[in-house]
Amino acid sequence: MTQAQPAIRLTGLTKEFGAVTAVDHVDLEIAAGEFFSMLGPSGSGKTTVLRLIAGFEQPTGGVIELFGEDVTKRAPFDRDVNTVFQDYALFPHMSVLDNVAYGLRVRGLGKKERNERARRALASVRLEQMADRKPSQLSGGQRQRVALARATVVQPKVLLLDEPLGALDLKLREQMQVELKQIQRELGITFIFVTHDQEEALTLSDRIAVFNAGRIEQLGTPAELYERPVSRFVADFVGTSNLFDPEHSLALLEREGHHSLRPEKMTVSAEVQHGDGVRNAAGTVVEAIYLGSGVRLVVDLDAGPRVSVLEQNVRGRVHDDEHGDRVVVSWHDGDVVAVDGTAVGPQNPTPTASIGAMLPGTAG
Amino acid sequence: MTTNTRVTAPAPARPSVPRPRRTPARAASVFLSTHPRTRLALLLSAPLFWLGIVYIVALVLLLVTAFWSVDSFTGDITTEFTLDNIIEVLTGSLYQTVTVRTVGVALAVTLIDVALALPIAFFMAKVATPRMRRVLLIMVLTPLWASYLVKAYAWRSVLSQDGILEWLVAPFGGETIGYGLPATIITLSYLWLPYVILPIYAGLERVPDSLLEASSDLGGRTWPTLRHVVFPLVLPAIIAGTIFSFSLSLGDYITVNIVGGASQMLGNLVYTNVGAANNLPLASAIALIPIVIIFGYLFLVRRTGALDNL
Repeated sequence: MTQAQPAIRLTGLTKEFGAVTAVDHVDLEIAAGEFFSMLGPSGSGKTTVLRLIAGFEQPTGGVIELFGEDVTKRAPFDRDVNTVFQDYALFPHMSVLDNVAYGLRVRGLGKKERNERARRALASVRLEQMADRKPSQLSGGQRQRVALARATVVQPKVLLLDEPLGALDLKLREQMQVELKQIQRELGITFIFVTHDQEEALTLSDRIAVFNAGRIEQLGTPAELYERPVSRFVADFVGTSNLFDPEHSLALLEREGHHSLRPEKMTVSAEVQHGDGVRNAAGTVVEAIYLGSGVRLVVDLDAGPRVSVLEQNVRGRVHDDEHGDRVVVSWHDGDVVAVDGTAVGPQNPTPTASIGAMLPGTAG
Repeated sequence: MTTNTRVTAPAPARPSVPRPRRTPARAASVFLSTHPRTRLALLLSAPLFWLGIVYIVALVLLLVTAFWSVDSFTGDITTEFTLDNIIEVLTGSLYQTVTVRTVGVALAVTLIDVALALPIAFFMAKVATPRMRRVLLIMVLTPLWASYLVKAYAWRSVLSQDGILEWLVAPFGGETIGYGLPATIITLSYLWLPYVILPIYAGLERVPDSLLEASSDLGGRTWPTLRHVVFPLVLPAIIAGTIFSFSLSLGDYITVNIVGGASQMLGNLVYTNVGAANNLPLASAIALIPIVIIFGYLFLVRRTGALDNL
């Protein structure tokens, strides 16, 4: 992934606010043209890293390089990076056009030239007919696109996006995700995207850094993070996992240490399943949650832990399990992932705690 | 969503929540909550009474009195309509000179106050720590607790021939500015400064930090950010502050008496006409001058659109 000259290189980046270490010796290289996401719960330091790259905060220690150039001590207006703010930060007293033209105006471009370029940028987000409105007259999604046009019209080398879709409703968010991806492909510049929404990060990113307590817990492609989480924290935060502590691992999986197993890798049936590497465990259904695309079953295994199983809504299957039904949960041994149990994040590490987050639309 | 996963053990008996009791106060609340007009009438009757009777009527009386005259023999007020007072005030050279002087003082005070208030308010709203902000706010407000007269006399002593100012500048060959219009301007600027700082501070506090960051992020250095983003957004607040300093200065007559030397302002003319000359109609006519000026100022401000965002 990393090329000879990374767009962003962070070396030992540290930021302390008084006694609190928000960012703790982060080393990171982000390639040119990459769609890179920083994912983590609130307070994990991801937004602070973004603000350090933008220049709004000065690091306590470490170096920030932009295409090989040390920009650590530079003011925000002296860096070739631009930000799309979480609250959009559109200037309320300016028209949409003036907002987009602002970056060109402070660079001394003539009125005609800058308005022309701003109109083109607005056209690229399909808002040219809104040019004369005030930001307060736009919907959330439109403001979002204006903020995007305003940040990209000055042709930054790197675009920073601070939870830009957080304030949008689900449908609009999904639509904007597609648009963001398209815009990134067209511009060919590096996007650094901060989010606490793991689904969004998985959908959009080339690579993801999972932040926890000011450090990068795991760095990798969406598939790597999802299929091979290194720790309980990542397994629980990226997607949903059934986590087994050493005691249950030994009893159920016959393995040493902590393990993770995704709900969709398990099946529920009335009888014990046979096959190479297939394992079974009996249990009682606690809750069956109909999701439309499938059914989420919460099962109390006789061996102790409570697990969550995701059954796809495929033809021919009847989902008639109910509370109290006796079932057999089966999975393939190869789908079990060993995880590092020591680094437990602020989340509750038991599988039951994350069931609320498994329902679509409630994540984040 | 967590309720979906709640397991099924029979719910433990919960302590019952007492039902609200039917009291007369509750009945009144119920009545009010379903009768918005009654609610509005109760809310507004007292302030509207105050505004209508005490405020407007006093102003109207002032306006009407300006068109009456005083019988020169008896000293009684004759309630016959006459334009004499208005004509005298408009054409008399004394009134023209004093009006120009008063407006000049008020403008100078306003300019000085805005120039001083902007950096202080900006520091309080955008730079200072919350603790520092509270300290500064108290420091700005503290002078308001002291009597106006005491503060004016304090300046009289500062500016006197053997005062602190003389003592400070004497080693450098300077001397105190003494009493007069400059002393009046300085003292009035001091007196009204809190009234200018507070609205500007409140206005700046309402400007989100992210707007300043966005401007900086887009390449705007300090000055373009202040000019294109901060200034337009706090302009209504600045104007609110200038209305205070300008109108308070227009009506002042005590400060100019204490530190103004022989200078007179419109307030002094009103004062002498009511007191020594016993000519209330003429005093009313003079008092109309600052009112007309303030209305003119508000009209100009409205034209600029600065009040639209209030």
